[in-house]
Amino acid sequence: MGTRERLVVERRSEVRQILERVLEAARREGAEYADARWVDRRSQVVRTKNGKVDRVREDHSRGVGVRVLVDGAWGFASGSRTDEESLMRIAAEAVRVARASALRRSDPPVAMASVEPVEAEWRTPVSEDPFEVKLEDKIKTLLDADRIMRQVEGVKVARGSIAAFREDKIFASTEGSYIEQSKTEVGAGIEVLAVSGGEVQRRSWPASFGGNWAACGYEYVRQLDLPSRAEQTAREAVELLDAEQCPGKVTDVILGGSQLALQIHESCGHPIELDRVLGQEASFAGTSFLTVDKLGEFQYGSEAVTITADATIPGGLGTFGYDDEGVPAQRVTIVDQGRFVGYLTSRETAGRVGLQPTGAMRADGWNRIPLIRMTNINLEPGDWSLEEIIRDTKEGILADTVKSWSIDDRRLNFQFATEVAWEIKDGSLGRMLKNFTYTGITPEFWRSCDAVGNKEEWQLWGLPNCGKGEPSQAAHVGHGAAPSRFRNVKVGVGRW
Amino acid sequence: MVGRDRALSIVTKAVEFSEADQTEAVVRVTDAYLTRFSSNYIHQNVGEHNVQLSVRVALGKRLGSASTNAVDEQGIRECVQRALRIARVQEENPDFASFPAPEPIPEVGGYFEETAECTPDRRAEGVARIIDAASSRGLQAAGAFSTAAAELAVANSLGVRAYHRWTTAALNTVIMSDEGSGWAAALAGQVGDIDPQAVASRAIDKCLRSAHPAALEPGEYEVVLEPAAVATLMGFLARLGFSALAVQEGRSFLCGKIGQRIVDERITMWDDATDPAGIPMAFDFEGVPKRRLSLLRRGVAENVVHDSFTAGREGKKSTGHAIPGGFGEPMPTHLFVASGEATLEEMIASTRRGILVTRFHYVNPVHPVKTIITGMTRDGTFLIENGRVTRPVKNFRFTESILNALNQVELVGKDRELHGGRLGGIMVPALKLRRFHFTGVTEF
Repeated sequence: MGTRERLVVERRSEVRQILERVLEAARREGAEYADARWVDRRSQVVRTKNGKVDRVREDHSRGVGVRVLVDGAWGFASGSRTDEESLMRIAAEAVRVARASALRRSDPPVAMASVEPVEAEWRTPVSEDPFEVKLEDKIKTLLDADRIMRQVEGVKVARGSIAAFREDKIFASTEGSYIEQSKTEVGAGIEVLAVSGGEVQRRSWPASFGGNWAACGYEYVRQLDLPSRAEQTAREAVELLDAEQCPGKVTDVILGGSQLALQIHESCGHPIELDRVLGQEASFAGTSFLTVDKLGEFQYGSEAVTITADATIPGGLGTFGYDDEGVPAQRVTIVDQGRFVGYLTSRETAGRVGLQPTGAMRADGWNRIPLIRMTNINLEPGDWSLEEIIRDTKEGILADTVKSWSIDDRRLNFQFATEVAWEIKDGSLGRMLKNFTYTGITPEFWRSCDAVGNKEEWQLWGLPNCGKGEPSQAAHVGHGAAPSRFRNVKVGVGRW
Repeated sequence: MVGRDRALSIVTKAVEFSEADQTEAVVRVTDAYLTRFSSNYIHQNVGEHNVQLSVRVALGKRLGSASTNAVDEQGIRECVQRALRIARVQEENPDFASFPAPEPIPEVGGYFEETAECTPDRRAEGVARIIDAASSRGLQAAGAFSTAAAELAVANSLGVRAYHRWTTAALNTVIMSDEGSGWAAALAGQVGDIDPQAVASRAIDKCLRSAHPAALEPGEYEVVLEPAAVATLMGFLARLGFSALAVQEGRSFLCGKIGQRIVDERITMWDDATDPAGIPMAFDFEGVPKRRLSLLRRGVAENVVHDSFTAGREGKKSTGHAIPGGFGEPMPTHLFVASGEATLEEMIASTRRGILVTRFHYVNPVHPVKTIITGMTRDGTFLIENGRVTRPVKNFRFTESILNALNQVELVGKDRELHGGRLGGIMVPALKLRRFHFTGVTEF
């Protein structure tokens, strides 16, 4: 049995008994419902820059969060001390906080949709434990890629990173659920900055949030083979310096998979969070144009657009066994051939509007409450190869890799920029364009989608930094996408 | 809170347990509470107690770092050993010079018992005032009221021993009707300085005046930016260019521009964590004392900020701007922008046809070295015609170079507000700009 196996198992009986006593104490203090999460997180990041190891760091955090419902109002307290006495204090504090919440309680009081209590265990399937791989091996991979990148003239900064993340978690509730989960994730990527005469251009591979991420072992990093893409990435960054500025016009746009992943994230993933829809994020990130009256009625996109929320798909950052309310992971249809049909829900929000909990409540560690978070929000594959889409496009632009993103507080008006773009003329790729930006209104944009890439083009992308909530939380979420085409898009925004 | 002795004992032990040539330990203690409300009720109410230790070690020029929140003796030892294990398999980093040597630490205050001991009931009562003010007018209130106490202790093997504690209290609200929304916020070290009723009144007034906005064509407009919107522009300007690392890597707009005028001469900006008007800090995350540093004086770029790493590369001294995490990028975190002479009313009165912006939303860089950013307006955007605010307008998207915008300054506000930023905050006035580029409009 490896280190990871022992971490939870050795403490199993002790932790379980403590959590049960803590929940019992919360109930004695007046909680009608309580849950406790014991969370142990570990991460390692290795970064190189310009031929040197820029940073190697390991972080470890553990603690317990107790969430209680008292007279229909929520309270939560959390602490890094995990001895029983400290946890009893945390439980009592959570109840005190909930009683304060009751000063302005919802009407009707909070009531959660019911779920079956469950005893379960779940682990990310891992072939090669990323924490057991020698640091020297990771550093060598990155420095190999680094050397190749810096051999290309015009490269100012070459960077690379390999990261590993593990979360061991125990969830227990007064309804009798007891769930142990262990999630493992890895991420890796390379990045080049090219600088010349006041112009700076960046190119990343395979994506731009520290590379791409997957829930699995180190086998994913080996399969990426970062050095194999180092030269091309560097050449594209340098080529961008002298590329033509993207002109301002309306044209057809083909988005590559990693850019489309972010498009899905911002313009579909966030607006289907039912807590947002009900106003619970109104003061911070905002609300949603997908109001409850639109469910089942609204034409979100074209018939080519089918979107699912799938927490069961192998390898996704939004894949798990059970959410942080003990609801099993599910696959839910969100957009069915263009029609808006589903939300991401919690037990509370589902109960409020008469839907089922979709198992989307996740917390960013022991010291945060669960919020409705994206799982893997996927644009289901269509019939086209990328080559076919390009050949079918008379005039347009192919763009990929996230550079900049912004969207309004109801998720309608968006504007994104990509690292790279190429002109398409008469069905063929042409010259490279720099500083590509595009903008639109969410449903108009998705209704203009007329070609979605097929299964062979389809890939899961991992975003490790989805922000939401106060205090802020970063969720790890996934998006499956294949290159797809959108008609009549406004591109080249702003003065350059 | 664990207190000065315990905090210093944790970091001192970490340094003592290490056999590295140089060792640095940082502990952050957090006792934070936040009461969140929406749809006129308290829907989230949370508390957190954490003690996080970070250790950096140097074996010659081989570096390693690790962190943990298990701060008993065994946890501290394990954290040090993990950092050492990392350093042993490292290659040398020739850019590393040394962790900082000790210097006298200023006494800056910033800790208020009243905030540290604020109860859930007191936060809920503040929230109730906002909810009641909104619901009595048929409006919906959302927002958050937070109070926090924090401690920071730094020790290193060169003799640094530094301890600081501080408090923050923050309140924000968005008030909504079916036809519009308004926002207001307050940030202070002392919770008693925050007046929930006043925050509610400002947001309600904005909300009522925002009802039934008209769609205007995007394009070039005169703008009056309220302090919250200015805080976003200046915060991005600081983040995009004033780090020494960005200059060293050629990705800052300040490359080759120090000593030159880059914005209108009415713009003066400095970083000063010792000023009690902000959220003071005595030293940075390497234990280097904080002091005032001029960034822009009358439009001229004067300095960039350093940590020990970027300073070592240039044979300079750190300016005290290391941020948490180590080996990151130094940042100005306690910004002040000089006030001018104009009232907000005078700015509006001098505008023939322009836009009054309450705040921006979801702003991100499009081209950092050109300082082009994009974002939306939110919660109170109005048309000004012939010196008067005439009607609310649907929210605009802007895509604009910050440097270009700051070269269009016509008036600078005489009153300043403190807005939240990373760690510290940003104290800013309102600005009137002759030209600002709105590139899109949304449906509300």
